[in-house]
Amino acid sequence: MLKKRWNHKKIFEWGIEGLIKLSGIVSIILVGLIFIFLLKEGISVFKIVNPINFILGKEWHPVSKPPDFGILSLILGSFAVTLGAAIIALPLGVTSAIFIAEVTTGKTKEMLKIGIEFLAAIPSVVIGFVGIVVLAPVIQKVFDLPTGLTVLTGSIMLSIMAMPTIVSISEDAITAVPKRYREAALALGATRWQTIWRVVLPSASGGIVAACMLGIGRVIGETMAVMMVTGNAPRIPHSLLEPARTLTSTIAAEMGETVQGSEHYFALFAIGIVLFIITFVINFTADLFLHKEKV
Amino acid sequence: MSIIITKDLNLYYGNFQALREINLEVQPNKITALIGPSGCGKSTLLRVFNRMNDLIEGVRIEGKVIIEDEDVYHPKTDLIKLRKKVGMVFQRPNPFPLSVFENVAFGLKIHGLSRERINEVVEESLKRVMLWDDLKDKLHTPALKLSLEQQQRLCIARLMPVKPDILLMDEPCSALDPIATQRIEELMHWLKQNYTIVIVTHNMQQAARVSDETGFMLLGELVEFGMTEQIFTTPAKRRTEEYITGRFG
Ligand SMILES: Nc1ncnc2c1ncn2[C@@H]1O[C@H](COP(=O)(O)OP(=O)(O)OP(=O)(O)O)[C@@H](O)[C@H]1O
Ligand SMILES: [Mg+2]
Repeated sequence: MLKKRWNHKKIFEWGIEGLIKLSGIVSIILVGLIFIFLLKEGISVFKIVNPINFILGKEWHPVSKPPDFGILSLILGSFAVTLGAAIIALPLGVTSAIFIAEVTTGKTKEMLKIGIEFLAAIPSVVIGFVGIVVLAPVIQKVFDLPTGLTVLTGSIMLSIMAMPTIVSISEDAITAVPKRYREAALALGATRWQTIWRVVLPSASGGIVAACMLGIGRVIGETMAVMMVTGNAPRIPHSLLEPARTLTSTIAAEMGETVQGSEHYFALFAIGIVLFIITFVINFTADLFLHKEKV
Repeated sequence: MSIIITKDLNLYYGNFQALREINLEVQPNKITALIGPSGCGKSTLLRVFNRMNDLIEGVRIEGKVIIEDEDVYHPKTDLIKLRKKVGMVFQRPNPFPLSVFENVAFGLKIHGLSRERINEVVEESLKRVMLWDDLKDKLHTPALKLSLEQQQRLCIARLMPVKPDILLMDEPCSALDPIATQRIEELMHWLKQNYTIVIVTHNMQQAARVSDETGFMLLGELVEFGMTEQIFTTPAKRRTEEYITGRFG
């Protein structure tokens, strides 16, 4: 009787384990398939334009005759928007994380954490909409521009989207710093801020760097908000106050208009490959930092 | 002249009284051991001396604690100055997750002490805990890669640049093997020339081996305090005798 029950339990355990393994394998296969599909569709464009000209070409005129498939302006557009968002979101996000983790307690802390999570739950269309309606007119007025839809507008809206990731992961990393390090510092006569600055933050640095990279990864991959607020001009932006266009918004804006199997269609997939590689590298590096933390 | 004096010290964690009417005098350049069963308040008493209990919410203290003629719990007491004077070594070695060098230099940096002699001070500090020969080529390895004994020595070395007079040690050997324990005990003997040491220990042999004076605590009370030899051979109180002969605890 006892033996039989043990067997049931074993089968059950085995079943659960199998199921978990299976879903893991399925998701890996799916990612693999997506990448293969992307590669297969995108690679065809390199019959028309070589990869170097594709990456470094300044002109993007996919429907003129003959077409120009150069995505440098799009890469720089993505880069400018991301850089701007990073400059705003990283210091703000990390200081907020320090504030929440180290200064606030009890109810205030809970409220702020819920607030941050709430921020993460706002759909990007809504963020884009707010950007158009509220922020763009302000930017236009303040800087006296022909249009308020600029790199800066995009950067500001995207920094809002990157904040939750940066704040919550950094906050976790800071909170996870063992109490015994703080005690050691305080017992040596360190002040609270010296303890935070010289002990807590260095101990949490792996997690904080990872948080920043994941936040930036989110910004690069973001499409909807950025398409709505950056003006979508496929030109190389020379300042933060000009419109630009990113890799993601190009795909989103043009995919609907292309004929499946056309050169333009393949070119959009090739942009997808570039994006995939960029985000993969960023997430992978973030992962390295996260694991370094655990050693 | 006593270096630490407590007068009618009571300590409460909320409603729970953890220390009762403690009257204790610690002599300079001696090793004083606090022994007693688990939960009797040894760590609590130790943490009274550098006010680490301040970090715990709901702690209330009555009575007086005087260290080097200064009232530790006076409202105007400079906590930083106090903690510079009274260093602490913890039960579990807790070097910072930084390099060996950074660990030792930490005290200099936070107290804005002269950085010109920083290399010298680090060397001198490591020499004091007999770590220099082992680590002089590994100053930039992470402290967490060291053996536990080395980590505990490093934690003692870390206190040196701050120039404390008193070292509080809360079961400093309980994470170490017997050989490492013996070597840390030897270190304590050597440090005694320059520092006053108060050590909490579970291990009665250790107390008997290293200390000059011993206090026996039970349920928050300091039952008996005296010369170590006397406490272990001819204790005055029955409860002390019962404890050291292993009848409880
Ligand atoms: N932060 C706290 N809040 C409430 N009670 C506490 C707290 N810390 C300790 N105590 C209680 O105070 C008493 C004394 O604790 P303390 O840690 O000083 O004992 P100890 O003698 O060091 O014991 P051990 O040998 O196990 O380390 C114990 O009953 C403990 O439960
Ligand atoms: Mg204890």
